[in-house]
Amino acid sequence: MNIIKWQRPRLANVPSIGRLSDLRDEIDRLFESPLTELTRTSQLLSGWNPALDVYEERDHFTVKAELPGMKKEDIEVSFHDGSLSISGERKTETKHEDAEVCRSERFFGRFQRTVSLPAAVAADQVKAAYKDGVLTITLPKTEEAKPKHIDVTVN
Amino acid sequence: MKATLQKKESQPVPAERTRSDAQYVAPDVNIYETKDGYMLEAEMPGVNKEGLEITLEGHEITITGRRGDEVVSGQSLFRERPAADYRRVFELDPAIDTARISARMNQGVLFLTLPKSEQVKPRKITVGD
Repeated sequence: MNIIKWQRPRLANVPSIGRLSDLRDEIDRLFESPLTELTRTSQLLSGWNPALDVYEERDHFTVKAELPGMKKEDIEVSFHDGSLSISGERKTETKHEDAEVCRSERFFGRFQRTVSLPAAVAADQVKAAYKDGVLTITLPKTEEAKPKHIDVTVN
Repeated sequence: MKATLQKKESQPVPAERTRSDAQYVAPDVNIYETKDGYMLEAEMPGVNKEGLEITLEGHEITITGRRGDEVVSGQSLFRERPAADYRRVFELDPAIDTARISARMNQGVLFLTLPKSEQVKPRKITVGD
């Protein structure tokens, strides 16, 4: 799992003479944004890497992925051998053929992220819901994986 | 001369304001321009219509998105999503007709349509005899 993320560089947009202010904007963002902004994945190299949160409860795991602007049929979630895999493709919603692009920061296209979970999961009970651009996956643990309370006896 | 939607230039601000701005994250945007107007798409996952606030002040538009409450129980093993709410300020092209700006929200993406005023659109002028 990658823990360190970097600020995404916008090398894909070649700045024209009138847009050198973009560089200044980037530097401003670097200094005035909270540290979480600095830790975004270097997406120029690896493509779109949606942000993930993984939480563990007594009896289940919760994984939340930020996938704004997608259709649920374009999202694939699969679980195999202890690894949860989220992939899909984001297509542009509206066509802008005669439009001039002033700023393009959003990513489109394929993505894939895989998370290994540290305990056994009941694969047939995994649920996924997509709301407000956030995909929430609930993975219940198997009975054996749930923490058991062990009584201490004194002889 | 063409003016474009751009992020607000930083000006010297009192210390309190910068501290409160530090709790926001700027959403990624795509901006398109056609002869009829501009279209802005801002990514704010976790924000729905109720959490969205768009304010217009003179020629500046501020988009603020507050995440719906997401209390997740359990211990976090891995966190990449920013905990902060979203905010970004844009300076508008004076050609935009601010009374006709419309917005809609879909799956965490805000679609803002900013039409240009009628008189600014390019139009043909017929030459009389």
